[in-house]
Parts: sequence; structure tokens; C-alpha cells
Amino acid sequence: MALTDPTGAATQPSRRRALTRRRVRSVAGTVLSLALTLLGLLLVTFIIGRVMPIDPVLKVVGDRATQAQYDAAYIAMGLDQPLIMQFLSYVGDVLRGDFGRSISTGQPVAQDIARVFPATFELAALGTFIGVVIGVPLGVIAAARRGGIIDQVARVVALVGYSMPIFWLGLMGLLIFYGMLGWVGGPGRQGILYDGMVPTVTGMVLVDSLIAGDWGAFRDAFSHIILPASLLGYYSLAYISRMTRSFMLEQLSAEYVTTARVKGLSERAVIWGHAFRNIAIPLVTVIALSFGSLLEGSVLTEIIFSWPGLGSYITRGLLSGDMNAVLGGTVVVGVCFVLLNLFSDILYRFLDPRST
Amino acid sequence: MTYHLTTRAMLLASALALAPAAWAETPADTLVVAHTIDDIISLDPAQSFEFAGNDVNNNTYDRLVDFDPLDPDAGFQPSLATEWAVSEDGLSITFTLREDATFHSGNPVRAADAAWSLQRAVKLDKTPAFILTQFGFTADNVDQMITADGNTLTLTMDKPYAPSFVLNCLTANIASVVDMETVMANEVDGDLGNGWLNTNEAGSGAYVLSAWRPNEAVQLTSYEEYWQGAPEMKRVIVRNVAESSAQRLLLEQGDIDVARNLTPTDVESIAAVDGVTILDEPRGRILYMGLNQKDELLSNPAVIEAMKHLVDYEGITGSFLKGQFVTHQTFLPLGYLGVLEEQPWTYDVEKARQILTDAGIEGGTITTRVRDLREYVDVAQTLQASMAQVGLTLEIEQMTGAQVLDAYRAREVPIFLGEWGPDYSDPNTNAATFAFNPDNSDEAAAVGLLAWRNAYEVPAEMNEATVAATLEQDADARAAMYQDIQRQYQAEAPIVPLFQRIEQVGMRDGVQNWWSGGAISSVMYRQVTKGE
Amino acid sequence: MSAVSRPPESRRDWLLSDAPQTRRQARLGAIYQGWLTFRANKLAMVGLIVLVLLIGMAILAPWISPQSPYAQNLADRLQPPSAAHWLGTDALGRDILSRLIHGSRITLFIVGTVALIAPIIGLLIGTVAGFAGGWVDQVLMRVTDIFLAFPKLILALAFVAALGPSIGNAVLALALTAWPPYARLARAETLTIRNADFIAAARLQGAGRFRLLIRHIWPLCLSSLIVRVALDMAGIILSAAGLGFLGLGAQPPLPEWGAMISDGRGYILDFWWVAAMPGIAIFLVSMAFNLLGDGLRDVLDPKGDKS
Repeated sequence: MALTDPTGAATQPSRRRALTRRRVRSVAGTVLSLALTLLGLLLVTFIIGRVMPIDPVLKVVGDRATQAQYDAAYIAMGLDQPLIMQFLSYVGDVLRGDFGRSISTGQPVAQDIARVFPATFELAALGTFIGVVIGVPLGVIAAARRGGIIDQVARVVALVGYSMPIFWLGLMGLLIFYGMLGWVGGPGRQGILYDGMVPTVTGMVLVDSLIAGDWGAFRDAFSHIILPASLLGYYSLAYISRMTRSFMLEQLSAEYVTTARVKGLSERAVIWGHAFRNIAIPLVTVIALSFGSLLEGSVLTEIIFSWPGLGSYITRGLLSGDMNAVLGGTVVVGVCFVLLNLFSDILYRFLDPRST
Repeated sequence: MTYHLTTRAMLLASALALAPAAWAETPADTLVVAHTIDDIISLDPAQSFEFAGNDVNNNTYDRLVDFDPLDPDAGFQPSLATEWAVSEDGLSITFTLREDATFHSGNPVRAADAAWSLQRAVKLDKTPAFILTQFGFTADNVDQMITADGNTLTLTMDKPYAPSFVLNCLTANIASVVDMETVMANEVDGDLGNGWLNTNEAGSGAYVLSAWRPNEAVQLTSYEEYWQGAPEMKRVIVRNVAESSAQRLLLEQGDIDVARNLTPTDVESIAAVDGVTILDEPRGRILYMGLNQKDELLSNPAVIEAMKHLVDYEGITGSFLKGQFVTHQTFLPLGYLGVLEEQPWTYDVEKARQILTDAGIEGGTITTRVRDLREYVDVAQTLQASMAQVGLTLEIEQMTGAQVLDAYRAREVPIFLGEWGPDYSDPNTNAATFAFNPDNSDEAAAVGLLAWRNAYEVPAEMNEATVAATLEQDADARAAMYQDIQRQYQAEAPIVPLFQRIEQVGMRDGVQNWWSGGAISSVMYRQVTKGE
Repeated sequence: MSAVSRPPESRRDWLLSDAPQTRRQARLGAIYQGWLTFRANKLAMVGLIVLVLLIGMAILAPWISPQSPYAQNLADRLQPPSAAHWLGTDALGRDILSRLIHGSRITLFIVGTVALIAPIIGLLIGTVAGFAGGWVDQVLMRVTDIFLAFPKLILALAFVAALGPSIGNAVLALALTAWPPYARLARAETLTIRNADFIAAARLQGAGRFRLLIRHIWPLCLSSLIVRVALDMAGIILSAAGLGFLGLGAQPPLPEWGAMISDGRGYILDFWWVAAMPGIAIFLVSMAFNLLGDGLRDVLDPKGDKS
């Protein structure tokens, strides 16, 4: 680490071990409380599912079912059990890795999620990538040339990003870039002809088509993902550039920067060599959180772009009373949230000297 | 500096991908269809009861009798059964099966398979089972009532039903013939293979199911050993595209051959595009207005009469439902035996007002639930506007289909606006639900009957007439009986049929012999060709 | 500015006096100072003006809208912007401008109510947690975390689906998903205030815990909450529009802007204005809230990111 750590150099090995032990223990505490959060999340989802005025049985048996057929399905789904028993048996199943069967696809939820999650992941990852690649430099330059043209542009870009209804921007984007100009692929992940032609390895079409060496499929998939990913990227860009800028401003006003300048270091070396290095950890946290919010928050984008991802899977499940699907999806989102939190927590505790 | 490099790399990558994409035409032996197929929850013919599921099964399975997609008006035709004979007393029908048909597994199609398939559907007793059980079959007696002997199969019924009624029911999806050996090899816990068939297929149809990804796509490949000869289209891909605008763009670009869910505005624009034709095909679905008789206001005969004049039939079919629905004021769809073509009601606010004034009705408020489909909500909003003109306030709550259905089956929807699709190709399918309700009490819980859901106490003579029509052996006499029922229905029933669905299929030029299944069946692909 | 007051003193001088004579003068002076800072921020002023216009539009809606927002005319549907219909007509032939004007009432109602309810829930939970500490704190913060871990829009969707779609329930759902960050903020503020000298002093004077909470802690949490609310307003508008877009907000025929976009979605290829106009309206208003929030932050929270 290039961080200046005045205590670190002087610590005795034994103190260092004690410190590490303390950190490990506090991380363990965090893990425990995150696990509790996850359990609470399950409980809340479960309760919502049960008070929902949508009848899952009806979804299974359909419009024309007789009362007797309805009752048979009701019992087969275990809905006659007391709520608490239903919840406990559900949690038991989940711990054994069984998420149950979705009533709207007729397939095991785990299988459904294995299909839809990579789609969301791919989209969120590319979106975050775009956000980072443009947002970080933009934020750094905006801070370095405070009040300059770039700073103003960055500010407007961020403000517009915060103010635009994403579903509307998506619609307009589709209209212009697909409908009028034909520059990008339409809704969906792939053109129909490439549909199912690339063997599934990771479930992420871009990666799978590269593995298969199918350049045509890759191009096709890229032309479909670029618009929704840019859209998500824009939002993450707005956030990341603002945060980068404010982190940088804080660093640039610190004493060591003045010292470095006095020592005659070039401005570029001061900004990228010193200040930027020091914001690396909080910045990674910000990026992780923004990635997390794209993972869970792309429901509307997925709907607009007919993206067969986790967000539309959960929403669809919610609206058709398919509680196994909703619970399974929420668990996945919850686990992502928990893991990202844990990640940034560990990052801070072990790498950031200020947290000792 | 790293960031410059990355930007350049990204720009390069985008430039490559964004280079004017040369949209290839679809291959000559592949049919690509865009459709909403997110309603499939099961592909087991004994269970599947949704439009998109039936669309798949109609192509992967054969039935004893089927429609000829090139001449659907001819009615049911020999399929796996080459001929049939009705016994003297009219209680049994004996079918002779062809011997050259094979299942996709390679097993021969035997009468025993066909008998087992029907028995299985009755025993599983899933939702569509009533199509078979209405002939008196139960899980206990079906093994005796449906029997196979060599290459013949005999159905024995509890009453001498009209043969056309029985045979029409045998064209339904639930009467599909499944491969007994393959299915039983996949049986789990005595489920008769239901779990396996939900996502797999064991039929003898012209197409083999090669993939189904829920909410995404269905892929079919041709069955080369098909007894009527392998179909011309070697691959059929049905892709779930929910948005009409997306379907339209795909069709314009030539990415698909057929678009099945185009809205009127999209049809209008795409009709002008070179290389695209629009095919209008009347379907069986009836959009109707159900006035719940539990509601005090709506059970007033004057209000029922007035409501019939508050629907802007021409305005609606001339604007937002243009081309997709035609005004149709009786419960039997065009294309069915005995359909009545009279249209007694017109949009007439003055007349409605007069009727209400004469009956001394000042006004009132009704809160109803409408499924969140654009078409229904728009119909509801125009109704809301015209009701307001006569002092009736309509409050609309939008809900998902599942929620509305739930309330409807609990008799809690005051004004229901939605569609009813026939279950099989015989007039009884609609008569038995619109005009039949032997016990209107809550306890009867006849949740499957539209009349019961609207708490409509069907007069005894109409109930009887509906039953009698199923037993009439003479087709002309049967047709006349249904016409009488419909006339009486139009005069008094609180369930008001408004429009019949027209499917406007957008097709690339060259696609020939497309058939969506008309009013009586589901889509069929085996006769489709793509010329140049 | 001179501290010496020379009569007749202008109101401005009185407000800006360095040596206020009364507490009231001091407070008003501080507000005026804030206003001057705010006014210097041109963009924030633009935001304020847009919002004032919006409020005026909402109040005067029945008088300034050219037509009824509900009047249908199927013969005149999907007309492009023209002299008769400045922003065109929708699929049922209704005037889009009139619908937008009336829709501003719904938007303001939703934003206003959510911006009132969510911070209050957050304030209650956060301050109680921070002030009580111990297991109360643990439980409340765990609950907050659970709600934070939930995908926001999906949680709101679930609430609305459970309660039935209507504006009221949309407001409730948005408030229920928006409070956790406020709770966290309020708790953090409480923790820093809790051990301050003046709290100890008040406690010595015999002030009860409840009184301490209400009289001393709440007022101090307020300014940071207000800044946060101002910055969240735009987000609330966007979430509300998202719910409307999914058909779970205001019910037809109410001209809610998100629902109007959803209405226009099916016609977007040929009749772009039906979906574009409400989108622009949403954008302008949430932009105005963002600008205002930025300005307010500069005034109320000088330690924050000043730009």
C-alpha cells in the first residue's frame, strides 16, 4: 500500500497480531448481523407473499378450475399448513439449496435463477464498467480543474442523470437508436437467429459467445446490450463522478498535497500519484455499492428492453402470486447486498489505516 | 495513461458493434414467430390450458380427429383415427386408428396409447378435464368407458350426446395422444408422468419440441418420420416479444417472419411497409361486459338495458380496437354452429338516459376492477365517459389478471370487462358457461361458470334448452336451438357480449398458408411454406 | 457592514445586523443570510422558479387548462401538437397539455406527502435507536438494514400489490421504502448530540428522556434531514412515476405522468409525443427539485459538498 501509515511501521508483531484478531472478530460480528438481516429479509418477503391478495393456486389451476380441483391444488401446495410451519419448512428447504418450483414457469426456481441472474449480472457489470471508465476520470478532472468547463459539464451530466426517468429515457433511446437509426439491436438479449445457438457456459451471452469463438453472436449480443448498459452506465456515471469529485476535493485540500506541490512535483503526479491513490478505497466501495444498486434496481430497464433478467423475473412473480420465485429472487438480491457490504467492510477494516 | 487507453478500446469496440448491421433474412427453412408466450406454465396436454401452451401442443401432438389447416371450415377431419362409427343407441363411438403413425420416440401409435391418454387426462383431473368428464367419465369408471381393442378404440358415454359435440371435444388439446411407454418411464410417485410432461413432450405431431425457455422462447424442429410427411419448415422459433412496437420493428427489419401481437396503430403503419402483409383471422375470443347481479344498481333491468346502449361500439372498433375486434353481440363466436348474426344494440346515450329516467333511476356509483391490459382499460375508460353522461359514476381499479380473476371467481367484480375464449370447437363450450347456471347460490361455488360469477340466475327453461341442445342428433335442429337460446339471452341477460377478437398477423411476403387456428383451434405450422 | 445602527434603518440592514438586539432579529437575520446565499446560486433560483410555477399551475389547474383532462374524443385521437392542442392528443383523444396541467397536482401531492411521511418515520426510529442504545438500537437498526437490503422498487411494488393500487397506497409504499436512510442519518446525528454538554445540562435540570428527545434532539436533526429530503425529492418523483408506469399508482382516468408515459408506450413509433411530453414534464420537475436541493444544501449544510 502506498498509504502513509505512521503507526503501521512502528507496530510490534504481537500488537499487529492482536489487531488482526480484533479485526477478524469484528468482521465475524458483521457476518453474523448480516446473516440476521438476510433471515429478516426472508421473513418480510414471506409475509408480504402471504398477505398479497393474489391467489397462487389460481395461477396454477387456471380460470376454468372447479372448486374441487382448486382445493386439491391448495393442499398440494401446502397452503393449508399454519403460516409459521410454511415459513420454517421453506427456510429448511432453502438451507438445503431447494428454492421450490415456480408456478409461473413450472420449473425449479434455482434453475430459473441460474438462467436470469447472469443476464442481470452481465448488464449491471457492463453498466458499472461504463460508469467507472467515464465517471472516475470525469470526477478527477472536475476536482482538479474546479469551476472549469469540465467541472460544469460533469455537474450538468450528473444533474440530468439524477433527474431523468429511466424508463422514459430507455423508450426514447430504443425509438431513436433502434427504430429510426437502426444502430443497435432491439429489445431482448440476442437476435432471434442467434437465440440458443451459443452453448451456455456462464449464462452471460457476451462471454459465452467469446468462449465459443462465435464472433457473429458476440457482435449481435453486444448490439443488444450496449443501449441498456449505456443507460445504466449513465446513472452510475452520474453517481460515481460526483463521489469521485468530492473525495478528490477533500484530498486536494489536504496538507500533504500542498507539501508535494511545494516540493515541485508535477500537477499530474500530485493528482494521480498521490491524491487519487488515497481515494482508491472509498472509491472502490462506492463502485461496489453502485454495482449493487444496478443489480437490484434495473427492474424498469429490464422491462423496457425485454431483458430476461432477475428484476423482471421477480416483478413477474410478484404480480402473478408466484411466491417461490419472488422469495428465491429476493434471497439472491439480499445475498448480493450482504456480500457487497461485507466486501466494503473488510476493505475498510483491513486496508484503510484510519479504521484502526 | 490507462484511462485514455481504455476509452479508445471502448470506442473501438462500440464502432465495431455499431457498424451498420446488415440484417440477414431468416433462413429459408426456418420460420421465426414473435408472440407473447409468457402464459405457458405447463406443456402437459392433460394440464395445459393457456393459449401459448396449446399453440405448442397442437403441433407436437396429434389427436384422433383434427382440423385441416388448409380447410378449417370443413370441420373436424380424420387424423390418427381414420374412421368412426356411432352405435345404434348413440351411447358409444368406435374409432379405427391408422397404423402408420409413430411417436417421436419411434414407438408406434396404438389404440392403447390413445385410450390411455384419455384415461390419464380424466384421472389427473386437471383444469381442462371437464371437456372429457362432461360425457360421464370419472376416475373410477374411465377404464371401462374408454377401451382399446387391437386398432380400435371405443368411447361409451352416459347419454346419447350429439356426435358432432363429442368429436369437437376430441379436437381439443386435452384429447392429444401421448406416448404411454415414454411417459410412464418418467413417472414419479404415481403422477402419471405429469411432472415430466410439464416441460417435455411425447407426441406424434409434425414437430418435436427442442427447447422451451420460459418467458423467452420455444423452439420446434420438424419430425422427419411424420405420417403426413415431414413439414417444409425444418425449424420453428417462437420468441416471446411482449411489445407490439418491438414486434413491428423486428418484422420491418426482416428479423422475424410472423408477428402475432400487433396493435392497431402498428398494423396501420406496417401495412404500408414493402414486403409485409397483414392477415386478418377471426379468433374465438369474445370481449364481454358482465354486470354482477349482486350489485343492487346493476341488477335493475333498466340499468342492464341502458348499459347495452352506453358502449360506443363503432367508436371503439373504429379507433383503439380497430381491426382487432369487430362488434359482436352474441356469446357464440362467428365460425361456430348456430351463431346468431343479429346486432340489436347501438351506441345511444339519449336512449340510455330515457330508459333510466323512465325507471326512475337518478344515478349511482360503481367501483370495478379491470385487468391492466391496455385494451380493457381503454374500453373501461370510454364506458366510464359515456356512463358519466347519464349520471352513473364508474370508478376503475387496475389490477393484474390474477387479481381480477380471483375477485371475479369470488363474484366480487361489479362490472367485468374481459375476454372469454372457447375451450373446444362446439357451441356448447360457450352456451354451457354463459347460459347455464343451475344453482345460483354462493354455496354452489360454480366458479367455472360465467353466469355464476356474475350471479346471473339463468331461467330454468334456458338451462334446460342448453342441456337439450347437446343431445340433439340433427345438426340443423341443433343450430336452431342455439339461435333461440341466443335471442333470449340478448333480450334479458346481464352478461353483454360486445366484440369478437380478430387476430391481425403481420407476415413477411412469401409466408404462405399461415393459420392461427381460427375461432376453433390453435396455430398449426406444418402446412406453412416460405416462397421467394 | 457597520455595527452601528443609524435610524432610519433599512429592513435589509436590520436583518444583516452583526449585533442583533432580539432573538427574533437574530433568527430572521440568519434566514435572510441563507436566502442571500441561496439567491446567489443562479441554478437553484431557476429550480425554485420552476417549482413556484408548478405549484401555481397545480392550484390554478381548472382555470388555466384549455380543456377537461378527461374529455374524450375518439375522432380526434393521436393528433400531433397543433394550435388546437399544443401538446397533441392521446389515444382517447384527450388533450395532453390539459392532462399534464392537472397531473401536476398528483405529482405534487405524492412528492409532498412522501417527503413528509418518510423523514418523520426515519426521525422517530433513528433518534429513538440512537438515544436509547442497547438492544432497542440493535433491533431497530436490524429492521432498518432489512429494509435497506430489499430492492426498493420491488418492495414498493409488493406493498402496492398487497394493498391494492391507488395514489394513497403508492404514497404509503414509497414512504415505507424511503425511510431507512433517514433513520440512519437521524441515528448518526443523535449519537453525536447525545453526549453533548447541553444535553447533560438539560438532564441535570430534570428533563425527562421524552422531553429531551422532542425538545433537544429532534430540532438538531432537522436541518440535515431537510437537506436530505430536498435532495431526495427528485428520486421520489421518479419512483412515483415508475409505479405509475407499471400501473400501480394513480388509476385511470387520472392523468398521472408516469401512467401517461405507459399509455403512450404502445404508440411511440408513430406518435412519439404521447409518451415524450409527460417524460419531459417529469424531467423538468425533478431537475428543478435537484437544483433546489443543491442550493438548499449550500445554505443549510455548509460542511457538505459545495460546488
